[in-house]
Amino acid sequence: MQIKVNGVQQTFNGDPEMPLLWYLRDELRLTGTKFGCGIALCGACTVHKNGEAIRSCVTAMRDMAGAEIMTIEGLGQNGLHPVQKAWMQVNVPQCGYCQPGQIMQAVALLNGKKKPTDQEIDEAMAGNICRCGTYQRIRAAIKTAAEGRV
Amino acid sequence: MNAIENVSRRSFLKGLVSVGALVLSARYYPELVWAEGLPKDTHADLATLHPNVFVGIDTDGTVYIVAHRSEMGTGIRTSLPLVVADELDADWKKVKIDQAIGDPRYGDQNTDGSHSIRSFYDVTRQAGATARFMLIQAAAQQWKVAPGECVTELHVVVHRPTGRRLGYGELAASAAKLPVPRQEQLQLKSKGSWRYIGKGMPSIDLEQLCNGKAVYGMDAHMDGMVYASIEHPPVIGGKVKSYDDKEALKVTGVRQTISIDPFKPPPAFQPLGGVAVIADNTWAAFQGRKKLNIVWDNGPNETYDSAQYKKELQETARKPAKVVRSQGDVDGAFAKGGKVMEAEYYVPLLAHASMEPMVALAEFRDGKVTAWAPTQNPQAVQDIVSTELGIAKEDVICHVTLLGGGFGRKSKPDYVAEAALLAKKLGRPVKVVWTREDDIKFDYYNAVAAMYMRAALGADGKPLAWLQRSVFPPITSIFDVNAVYGDPGHLQQGWTDVPFDIPNLRVENGPAKAHVRIGWLRSVANIYHAFAVQTFADELAHAAGHDPLEYLLDLIGKPRTIDFKNVDYPNYGASLQTYPWETGRLRRVTEMVAEKAGWGKRKLGKGAGLGIAAHRSFLTYVATVVEVEVNDQGEIRIPRVDTAVDAGLVVNPEITRAQFEGAAVFGTSVAKTGEITVTKGAINQSNFSDYPVARINEAPLQTNVYIVDSSAPPAGVGEPGVPPFIAAFCNAIFAATGKRIRELPIKNQLSGASLAGG
Repeated sequence: MQIKVNGVQQTFNGDPEMPLLWYLRDELRLTGTKFGCGIALCGACTVHKNGEAIRSCVTAMRDMAGAEIMTIEGLGQNGLHPVQKAWMQVNVPQCGYCQPGQIMQAVALLNGKKKPTDQEIDEAMAGNICRCGTYQRIRAAIKTAAEGRV
Repeated sequence: MNAIENVSRRSFLKGLVSVGALVLSARYYPELVWAEGLPKDTHADLATLHPNVFVGIDTDGTVYIVAHRSEMGTGIRTSLPLVVADELDADWKKVKIDQAIGDPRYGDQNTDGSHSIRSFYDVTRQAGATARFMLIQAAAQQWKVAPGECVTELHVVVHRPTGRRLGYGELAASAAKLPVPRQEQLQLKSKGSWRYIGKGMPSIDLEQLCNGKAVYGMDAHMDGMVYASIEHPPVIGGKVKSYDDKEALKVTGVRQTISIDPFKPPPAFQPLGGVAVIADNTWAAFQGRKKLNIVWDNGPNETYDSAQYKKELQETARKPAKVVRSQGDVDGAFAKGGKVMEAEYYVPLLAHASMEPMVALAEFRDGKVTAWAPTQNPQAVQDIVSTELGIAKEDVICHVTLLGGGFGRKSKPDYVAEAALLAKKLGRPVKVVWTREDDIKFDYYNAVAAMYMRAALGADGKPLAWLQRSVFPPITSIFDVNAVYGDPGHLQQGWTDVPFDIPNLRVENGPAKAHVRIGWLRSVANIYHAFAVQTFADELAHAAGHDPLEYLLDLIGKPRTIDFKNVDYPNYGASLQTYPWETGRLRRVTEMVAEKAGWGKRKLGKGAGLGIAAHRSFLTYVATVVEVEVNDQGEIRIPRVDTAVDAGLVVNPEITRAQFEGAAVFGTSVAKTGEITVTKGAINQSNFSDYPVARINEAPLQTNVYIVDSSAPPAGVGEPGVPPFIAAFCNAIFAATGKRIRELPIKNQLSGASLAGG
C-alpha cells in the first residue's frame, strides 16, 4: 500500500487493521502525533488526511491507500506555520502533550474559516482535550493567527 | 574530556549544605555527594568551569544549567535555571539546560507538592553566585586589580575604573583554577538588579512543544526495543490464577507473554502484577492483550463497593472522632443553643488522567538498568527498580523525559518498575505502554472523603462554635496496610489550619480503610477540605443573611498569625518562622479578588451568580470569584473567573498565571464530572467517555489572575489554584440557582451538568 506522509511516499505492508497512529509513531517514528485515549475522544492523535483533520488512533491503515497525511512534523517543515507561531506568541503549552493535536485541529479550522467566532472555535476544538487547561490561550492563539498578528 | 577537577567542589557543597540547612527542611537540600566514579552525566559536569552540580561554563561562553526537577507543564525546567542565570548574570540566550538523571547529589527531586522554587530558590541563587564570584576573581587576577573594582554585566566581567571587559567564556579556564568560595564570601544580587527573577521567561521548550519535537516518555526509543502492554489484576491485590495465551500469540507482531508477580502488601510503588504481552509494536501488544484468557484470584478487596463505602464514610463522619485541633469549649458553646447549622459534604475518588498515560522504556545490561521515563521522581525510580531487581540503587540510571502531565500520578513509579522487570526477563529494551483504560483503572486515586460540619451562630450571625470532621482513606495506606487515619501532612491541607477566628473550634478526623491505591493529586486533601470549609462558610453567610464576601472576611477576622502550639501542623515542610500562617494575607487576596471581580457591583442576568472562596495551600494564599450561568436544562457555563494570588516572591509571573488558569480548568473537571466508582473491587470507569474532563466549551471562558506584589519568600503555584476554585464554583451555582452543592461531582446534582455546556 502506498501512502504519502509529509510529502514523502511510503510503502506499508503491515497489519491493515493497525491504526495510522501506530504506523506513524512506531514505524515511521514520527512521534509528534500523540496517543491519548485510543478511541477518538481526546484529539491528541489529530493529523490531516487530504487536508482534513482526522483522529489517527481510530483510522485503520486499510483506509490509507493513496492518502496524503500531514503530521505536526510536516506542518512546520518549511518554517513554523502561522498557527505554531501564534501558539508560541501566546505561550499556549504547559506540558504540551496535547498541543500537536490541538495545533493540527486549529489549522484545519482556520483552513475552512478565516475568522472563527468563539462558538465556531468551541465546535471545532471541543474534541481536543487539554488536561493542563490551556483552553483560554488556545482560543487566544487561534484568534491571533486568524487576525494575522503573528 | 577537559573537566578540571576542582577539589574544592567539596568545600563548596559543604558550604551550600550548611547555609541551606538554615533555610530548608532536611529532606530537600542537596547532599554532599561528590563520590568519585559517578557517571559524568551532564554537560555542566564536563564544562571547564564547574563549581557545583547545577552550573558549568565552557570556554565558548556556553553556560550549562542543570534542571533537576521534572517538567510536566509547570515551567520548572525554565524557572529554576532562570534563578541560577540571574545570580550568574548570564545571558539567557547562551544558557543550555541539562535535564538531570535521578541522583541524590541534587537533593530532593520529587517534583511534587509545589515546592521546587521554595526549596531550591536559595540553593540555586548560591549556585549562580558562586560561579559569578569565581569569574570576577579570575578577571581581577588577569587585570591585576582588586576584585572589588570589578562587576558583572550580561555575560561579562567589567573593570569599572577602566571599562575593560572579559567574557565568561574567556574567563572559564582561569576561574576553574581558583578555589570555590565559601558560602559567606558570596554576595547575592539585590532585588533591584535582578534580570530574570520576577520578570520571567517563556518555557525553554516552547518551540519544541509546538513543532512536535519535544520528547516525552511515550516518545523514548532505543534500538532493538520491543513493546509491552500489561493486563493488570482488575481488583487491587488480586493475582493471576491461570492464563491461556494461545490466541494472543497468534496476533501478528506478538512475540511472547510474561507473567508478573503480584505485589506484597503494602503496594507502595511495586508493580501490580498481571500478564504482559510483548510485541513488535504498541498496537500488536494491545491486540494480543485482548486475546488473553486469564483467570483471576481477586483477593480481599473484591468486596469493596464504593456506594456502600460512601455510606460507611458518612456514618463515621457523624460520630465523634480523633481530635486533631481544639480551642475553647466547643461542646459547652453548642450546649448553649443558638442557631445550629449542620451540613455534610462528600467528594468521590478522583483519577489524574494526565494526557500521556503511564509509559516507560528500560534496558537491563551488565547488571544495570537504564530507564527513560516521564517521572516526577527519578530517585523513587532508582529505589523501586533496585528493590525489584535486587541491584544497587546506583546501578539504576533514570533519565527524565518531558512529562505529558503528571498531577502527582507520575511520582509513583510502578510503571517504570514494570519496564525494568520485563527488560531483565527479556534481555532487551522494552517500552511498557499503558492504555487510557489502564491509566483510569490502575491509578493512585485522590481519596474519597466525607466531611461533617456543625456551627452555632450567635445573635450577630457569626459562629460561636465550629466543629468539622473529615473521614478519608489515607495516602499512608499505600505504605502501611493498617493506616486508617489522616497523617498530619494531609490533615494540614485545609483542615487543621482552618483559618477562621472562632473562639470555640474543634477539628476531627475519623478512620477509613483503603481498598484501592490512594495517592496525591494536584492539591490533594485541600480539594475536599476546602470544598467543605468554604462551602459551609457560604451556607452560614446565607443562613445569617449576610453577604458571603463580608461574612468570609468576618470569619477570617483581623490579621493575625495562626497559633499551632497544640497542633501537629507540618506547614508543608516549611518552618513557621519563615512561612507563618498569616490571616492578613488571606484577607488581602480576598479583598483584592472581590474588588477585581466587581463583587456586589456587577449586573448579572437570570440564572447567573457569583461565588467566592479563599484558601491557603502549599504556603500560597488564593482567593477566587467564579461567575456561572445555569440554564433551564441545568447546563453550566463559566464566563469568568477571577483569582488573586499571594505566592510570595514569584520568579516567573507569566508561567504562574498560566498555572492558575489551568487550575480553574482542572477544578472545573473535578467539580463537574470527576468521579471514580467501584463495584466488587473493580473500577467502573475506563476512558474519557465515563471519566470526562473539561473541554474547551465547558472550561472557564476567561480566567483573570492577579499576582500580589509580595516580599514574602516564594511559595507554591502549581496546586493552590484548585481548592478555592472548586468551592467558589459551587457557591456560584448556589447564587445562580439556589441549589446547594454538598456532594461532588455536580453532574449528579444538576441533571444538565454532565452534558457539554455551551
